[in-house]
Amino acid sequence: MNPGREQTMTADGASRPDTTPPAIRLVGVSKHFGPVKANRSIDLSVRQGSIHGLLGENGAGKSTLMKVLFGMMRPDAGRIEIGGRPAAFRSSADALAAGIGMVQQHFSLIGKLTVAENLILGRATSGFVARWLRPLDLESARARAIELSERLGFGIDPSARCETLSVGARQKVEILKALWGGATTLVLDEPTAALSPPDAEELYALLQNLRREGTTIVLISHKMPEIMRLCDRVTVLRDGAVAGEAEIPRAFSDPAERQALEARLVRLMIGRHRPEVPSRSSHIWPTVLSVRQLSDGQRFGPIDLDVKGGEILAVVGVEGNGQSQFVELLIGLRKAAGGGIALDGRDITDMTTLKRFQSGIAHIPEDRHRLAVADGMSLVDNASIGFIDGAPFAPTSFWLSRHRRARFAAGIVRRHKVRASSVEAPVTSLSGGNQQKLVVGRELSRAPRLMIAAQPTRGLDIGSTGAVHEALIGLRDHGAAVLLLSLDLTEVFTIADRIVVFRQGRIVGETTAADADIDRIGRWMSGVDEEARQ
Amino acid sequence: MSNLLTISLVISALHLALPILMPMLGGLISERSGVMNIGLEGMMLIGAFSAVLVTYFTGNPWLGLVGALASGVLSGSTLALMTVTLRGDQVVASAAINLIGAGLTAALIPVIWDVDGLTPSVEKIPTIRVPMLADLPYVGRIFSSLGMVDYACLALVVLVWWVLFRTDAGLRIRACGESAESADAAGIPVVRTRFLAVVASGVFGALGGAYLSIVTLDMFQASMTQGRGFLALAAMVFGKWRVWPGALACIAFGFADAIALRAQILWRDIPHELLIALPYVLALVALATFVGHASGPAGVGKPFARA
Repeated sequence: MNPGREQTMTADGASRPDTTPPAIRLVGVSKHFGPVKANRSIDLSVRQGSIHGLLGENGAGKSTLMKVLFGMMRPDAGRIEIGGRPAAFRSSADALAAGIGMVQQHFSLIGKLTVAENLILGRATSGFVARWLRPLDLESARARAIELSERLGFGIDPSARCETLSVGARQKVEILKALWGGATTLVLDEPTAALSPPDAEELYALLQNLRREGTTIVLISHKMPEIMRLCDRVTVLRDGAVAGEAEIPRAFSDPAERQALEARLVRLMIGRHRPEVPSRSSHIWPTVLSVRQLSDGQRFGPIDLDVKGGEILAVVGVEGNGQSQFVELLIGLRKAAGGGIALDGRDITDMTTLKRFQSGIAHIPEDRHRLAVADGMSLVDNASIGFIDGAPFAPTSFWLSRHRRARFAAGIVRRHKVRASSVEAPVTSLSGGNQQKLVVGRELSRAPRLMIAAQPTRGLDIGSTGAVHEALIGLRDHGAAVLLLSLDLTEVFTIADRIVVFRQGRIVGETTAADADIDRIGRWMSGVDEEARQ
Repeated sequence: MSNLLTISLVISALHLALPILMPMLGGLISERSGVMNIGLEGMMLIGAFSAVLVTYFTGNPWLGLVGALASGVLSGSTLALMTVTLRGDQVVASAAINLIGAGLTAALIPVIWDVDGLTPSVEKIPTIRVPMLADLPYVGRIFSSLGMVDYACLALVVLVWWVLFRTDAGLRIRACGESAESADAAGIPVVRTRFLAVVASGVFGALGGAYLSIVTLDMFQASMTQGRGFLALAAMVFGKWRVWPGALACIAFGFADAIALRAQILWRDIPHELLIALPYVLALVALATFVGHASGPAGVGKPFARA
């Protein structure tokens, strides 16, 4: 490794060779929420026309830092310079005016509005009377959207309502929107989190096109491959502070050099080496879950699927291709229009959700706030939700023992290393990752025959992710079946034994993890093979 | 004779529809910006009362109308302060406006006029005759029954539709109603936009109330709005938060009201309470049947605060 290329972060980027001022320079930015220090005196300098990676685990402070930069939050201390001039943004409008565009982690498009309407939203600088009386010039907005998207190498229908677009297309509209006001610096927060591999590829190409045109890009990510591939320079954040910085050469002469750099970045990011993944078990028990010709009478199914005991079956696919319908059908939140579901040979198709849980299903929901926790209630209450017949908490089903429930919650907190001030604290006081650990712990304590884990590690850092993976693998090793729904293919390859691909509510491909080929899965997910056949 | 009857039915339906149409527009503006306003009934009562109060002391119904609009600004600002600025619960806050509106107006009648329940008559807003229109055969009667206020109200329907759905300001308001966070990220001042929208809804509510007290009638009576503020909300839902379908629903309510009044005279044996209930029954039936699943702007009811 070339030591001269690296530079541990000192006060600022004083050793920069060129004299053009950095596109963005943050000096000593600090921001805290109550006792939590999200950013601790962060210094960051982004070269003009480069792609600068911001690498860090969830909760490392990346998003907070970028919200400060974009004027959505005010820092407690520190200053911002844009193109060498000090800036004090009071709102995102100020940041937009200074040429900074931001693509948020959560989509900021309004689904009910069309692409063109979303693009011009809030951008008109016309006077009071014109704003209230003159008709919107949607026609020229449409024309400009088409022109801009074609220049960047993709097509878009500006009259389509955003809610009808695919995730990949929406991501591109987000970028268009950020560039619309003439932004010269683009901040992207985890842009590929919800994208399928082919969509992510298109996004990478788009970002490279933008760099060629001279746009400065800050890429927030915790995905090592995309940082290594796209970025010119990377800053690693850990626990709200800068852990280190490194220059990434466009081409590595030696693969070992690349690996060494990657290992170093991971170490900086998590403070230790990458956790080991436990080995796969080979023992397969009889079928636990058996699904036959299951459909919901709308867009889902019919599908056939078996999950054996001692097996982790991963369902992958682009978000919105029937995964959530499948889970809802399995746990009884959605009524099956046809087909049957059997658990350990027993027909559960017409059972209520409670009966299904009692028969041995556990469920880690994808949408934590909607289905998994009651935000305002305490850890104790949330840990015992779902055990409503009182079984583990009292001798009869007519009352619940406070003491036993508290002990139960404390057990989950201890076993799963949930960081909480007390078990009586409301769940909202926990970070997202810790909430998820509580949910996972609760569902594991059901000792299920079938664990339905939908995005179980979304929002978790590497350490917690490893713990969840170990727990799922432990379940499998004891003969339970695990159904894993995940958008993270790395996760799927790490722990799954078998993989099925959903597209438009049907199974379009199946493979064992050992023979899995990421390109083939990507083609199944995006449906290019089907289109080619037609 | 039957012809005459139809025309006069249309006239009375129109006059009965306008005091529902105005608060409907108010509710629409408010909800499109993301604030639920079930306080329109109270705002109407305060507007109706203020109109009579100012007219009584000045003798000028036009000043009474201005007073009503000012009361709308006040009641709208109160609700906006509670819900938008202080981020209180929108249902509770606007229900409070209803209670205050009904209670305060009823309590002030004896204080000011020393009578109970009913104020003395005041000057009404006059109708004006537009020569060309009023001379048309058949429909001329409709036009000759309309006043400046009626024409202004109809123009307001067009204006609200145009602003909300055709202009930049309307796009901003609707964005705040769909997703305050997205609107904020696009640089739109969400709090200010919502505040203004709620104030506007107060003004429209008050206008509907004033229409009842100094255009249709010439006095204020306790609880004289008789749930029109709620009918307006029902009309807004029927119209799925759009101006023209909502306006049509208001006109349908107007017709139901007019038919009920007419039937009261023609068939005296039907209990008139049943007939008065007609528009409300219509609203219930419509809500339960053909309106189907209607979902309003996604951001309604969610207070907005920056982190």
